[in-house]
Amino acid sequence: MCLAIPARIVELVPGEQGRAVVDVVGVRRQIDVALLQDDPPGEGDWVLVHVGFAMSKISAEQALDQLQTLAILGENEAVMQEVRGYGEEDAWPRAVTGEPS
Amino acid sequence: MRFVDEFRDPAIIRKTAEEIQRLTDPARHYRFMEVCGGHTHAIYRFGLKDILPPNIELVHGPGCPVCVLPMGRIDDGLSLARDQDVIFTAFGDMMRVPGAHGSPLQHKSRGLDIRIVYSPADALRLAERNPDKHVMFFAIGFETTAPSTSLTLLRARAKGIRNFSVFCNHVTILPAIRAILDSPDMRIDAFIGPGHVSTVIGCRPYEWIARNEHKPIVISGFEPLDMLESILMLLRQLNAGEAKVENQYKRVVPWEGNRAALKAMAEVFELRPYFEWRGMGFISQSALRIRGAFAEWDAEQRFRVPGLRVTDPKAAQCGEVLKGVLKPVQCKLFGNECTPERPVGALMVSSEGSCAAYYNFEHRKSLTKIAVSV
Repeated sequence: MCLAIPARIVELVPGEQGRAVVDVVGVRRQIDVALLQDDPPGEGDWVLVHVGFAMSKISAEQALDQLQTLAILGENEAVMQEVRGYGEEDAWPRAVTGEPS
Repeated sequence: MRFVDEFRDPAIIRKTAEEIQRLTDPARHYRFMEVCGGHTHAIYRFGLKDILPPNIELVHGPGCPVCVLPMGRIDDGLSLARDQDVIFTAFGDMMRVPGAHGSPLQHKSRGLDIRIVYSPADALRLAERNPDKHVMFFAIGFETTAPSTSLTLLRARAKGIRNFSVFCNHVTILPAIRAILDSPDMRIDAFIGPGHVSTVIGCRPYEWIARNEHKPIVISGFEPLDMLESILMLLRQLNAGEAKVENQYKRVVPWEGNRAALKAMAEVFELRPYFEWRGMGFISQSALRIRGAFAEWDAEQRFRVPGLRVTDPKAAQCGEVLKGVLKPVQCKLFGNECTPERPVGALMVSSEGSCAAYYNFEHRKSLTKIAVSV
């Protein structure tokens, strides 16, 4: 639970302040970015995500390092399951454009 | 050196390990506590003990949220899940933790609506989509997860979602460190500080450990090189007779923490006068509860909670292991009555629990060796 997941911001959710769609190794989901309000991330930025909330902005290089660490820790499967939301994956719109929420 | 070649910079790892060796006094025994369960997991997985000199002992700390929760709280939460209108949600880590009458997963198999969520925001979303049900989120975690719960409650209020509540078990790390330092059977030379808790609280709250207790503390990242560098920084401080707070994980941890997260926490939570920790007893001002202004979303204020106190099985020594007094393998139940498949205590469940980490990476290895030699 303490291991944070690196994700890339795909788009900020219009009309929902502090929410963003991110990409984690090809899987998309919504996360909360309100904790970074002092230095808000934009599209293409990398963030460290903890239980669905972005905790810090990181560089692309640090994101790759973190992914490799998760892989060595044997946590990648658990991470992907978490990102997909344990079967609740349809609860959030995958992408904002063109999909009803 | 088991995993060194898998690392990004094996040469730098080796060099750091050599420097650690050089700075270690062979006549001295060092006890460093890694406070965070994420570090415990990484230490075993990376095989760091094989890299370190034998007289540097890593003592596992209390920073595993699932492990420190007393059994009664799990049973309290599950008692609320029995209402047929309730959807009980929790992190995956919680699902196999035994309560007095079984784990959340076992209760699910008996027909209760219990679901794993990745985020408290997912639980709130579930409430929005199930207006005829009441969705309860069983919140656990240190300061890393507490801001997520507070933001979720702020959103629930802003959106007027009333079929949602939180059963709050959030705890704070500093009183636990204080309890360990006050424990007479404990001797720790220095601390490897938690990385992600510190992204929220920053580095200042640890200053008393250096100033009053004269123990060095280095906030550390989770990669092998991070932890080796942190150990090196601790050795340098000890050799220079210093005790200060240092930040090895600067790329993620700001010295002042996260202002927005602290503000959200202060708005939603207040300190409980005391809270029970598994194996460590009641620790004053060590946990958070939901403020009266959010009573409508607080499961404890909204529903009748039995307030159960369940003692751990007598033979289990989770408390001693949590405080670092005993190694996992020194517990009488380790590996026979208590295994990851059939856990008696929570430390055997979570990947951050020292018993599970030890079992998965050390014990299985030795079992394989025995099998091969036979």
